[in-house]
Amino acid sequence: MTAAAVGPPPLAGPVRSDEVVEARAAWSATVRAGETLRIVDLGGNQAVDCLIYDAHDPTERYSAADTIAAQGNIHLVVGSVLRSNEGGALMTVTDTALAHHDTIGGACSRESNTLRYGHHTLHQHACVDNFLDAGSRHGLGKRDLVSNINWFMNVPVGPDGLLGIVDGISAPGLHVDLRAEVDVLVLISNCPQVNNPCNGFDPTPVRLTIVGPEAS
Amino acid sequence: MDTNRTEGTGTGSLEAALAHARSQAGAPVATQRTVPASSAVDLPAGVAASSVRWDEVVGAGGYASAVLRRDDVVRLTDLSGDTCVNLQAWNAALTSERLNPADTVKVQWQAYLGVGALVLSDLGRVLLTVVADTSGRHDALCGHTNRRANEARYGHGAAHGEQPATRDLLALGAARHDLGRRDLTAGLNLFRGVTVGGDGSLHPVPPSGAASHVELRAELDVVLVVAVGPHPLDDRQGFTAGPVRITAWAAERPDPDPHRSTSPERERAFENTEAFLLAGAR
Repeated sequence: MTAAAVGPPPLAGPVRSDEVVEARAAWSATVRAGETLRIVDLGGNQAVDCLIYDAHDPTERYSAADTIAAQGNIHLVVGSVLRSNEGGALMTVTDTALAHHDTIGGACSRESNTLRYGHHTLHQHACVDNFLDAGSRHGLGKRDLVSNINWFMNVPVGPDGLLGIVDGISAPGLHVDLRAEVDVLVLISNCPQVNNPCNGFDPTPVRLTIVGPEAS
Repeated sequence: MDTNRTEGTGTGSLEAALAHARSQAGAPVATQRTVPASSAVDLPAGVAASSVRWDEVVGAGGYASAVLRRDDVVRLTDLSGDTCVNLQAWNAALTSERLNPADTVKVQWQAYLGVGALVLSDLGRVLLTVVADTSGRHDALCGHTNRRANEARYGHGAAHGEQPATRDLLALGAARHDLGRRDLTAGLNLFRGVTVGGDGSLHPVPPSGAASHVELRAELDVVLVVAVGPHPLDDRQGFTAGPVRITAWAAERPDPDPHRSTSPERERAFENTEAFLLAGAR
């Protein structure tokens, strides 16, 4: 715990917003071109589900498939360009304390929880409901939800194709910085999942900070 | 204009233009729909011509769509051994419900699709079951090409050209069902596989080189849209994708169904599907 208490490096540029998002909660904001969104995993191993839309044309939105196909790798790392379904650059990972983040594991939902863990989980809160809640405040609906990013989540693929969520590689205070390449709308679900290790079985708050470009 | 471009075509009068138009039907082409479907030939063993609902050959840069009824089986055949089909699927009764590639791999703990794999919706139900597969080369991760990528690779990517982006073809197919661009997902790629290395790297599996097929059983009434074009990781210079035959027929579900209980996750997906059929529970 103490080793990571040093925290992420300071961000240059004016702070436009700085919030601690409760465990299990939804969040959304517009990040303007040139601004940086920093996400800090305060409690450690907290999955942060994320969708990104072109703020001016939300039919152009994050595409996990276009992103991983363009970079030839499923891992999101420093330098990864988060691409849209039309191949455009929405955001870039400019810094992170983690070796990699996930974008093939999708978001938990009430319905997929029933398949993965049993019918008794139907009424548990889930990321898709956070996305629907946050999206509905921006005119977005179910048809606008697509395969997302899971910051701080670890989804290895074995040689035989075995794929799943295992213990995370994050820790308290680790961060990821995303620079907006165009004006984007970002939807976040601070994942409420308690049936697998994506949140260390204990969902915790995260810090979201938007910083303007450094004055030139 | 001092030249008449229709000179010699014999279409100067209404009567001649009418006769000319009508003389064209039946021209032999490599890709078209079989009409009526029951006139389809070279059918899979045991499939009666009278049970065929849809038969069509689609070439590179082409797309097609239909609505399958629950229990129908659709066979897609890679005729050349070197093609890629991107497949999109929706619940026909509720088209906001659609194929979810991430849930498909995550729920089944398996990145690579084969016989017995379920194509899952975003509402925890089964849209399609893979009931036969002689290809073993499929991909649920990489999605389809976009116009920007095709313009960079082939110099052109628009739907009217020779190297259309698969995404734009899918949008045209989806439009036939009152669905738009935001209704598209990454979909699934058939006949071109991708493997994931231990470091997360993506490796395209070479084309099989021999004809193969995959059969999907509809678990609900399903809107199916397919487009044929190179896989996003196909780095060949040419726009390479061979023709694909699609044949769908009415079938009877075996009892017991060998695919229903191959894992607890799959069994619950079938249970959720049956709950929807009973009461529209969602």
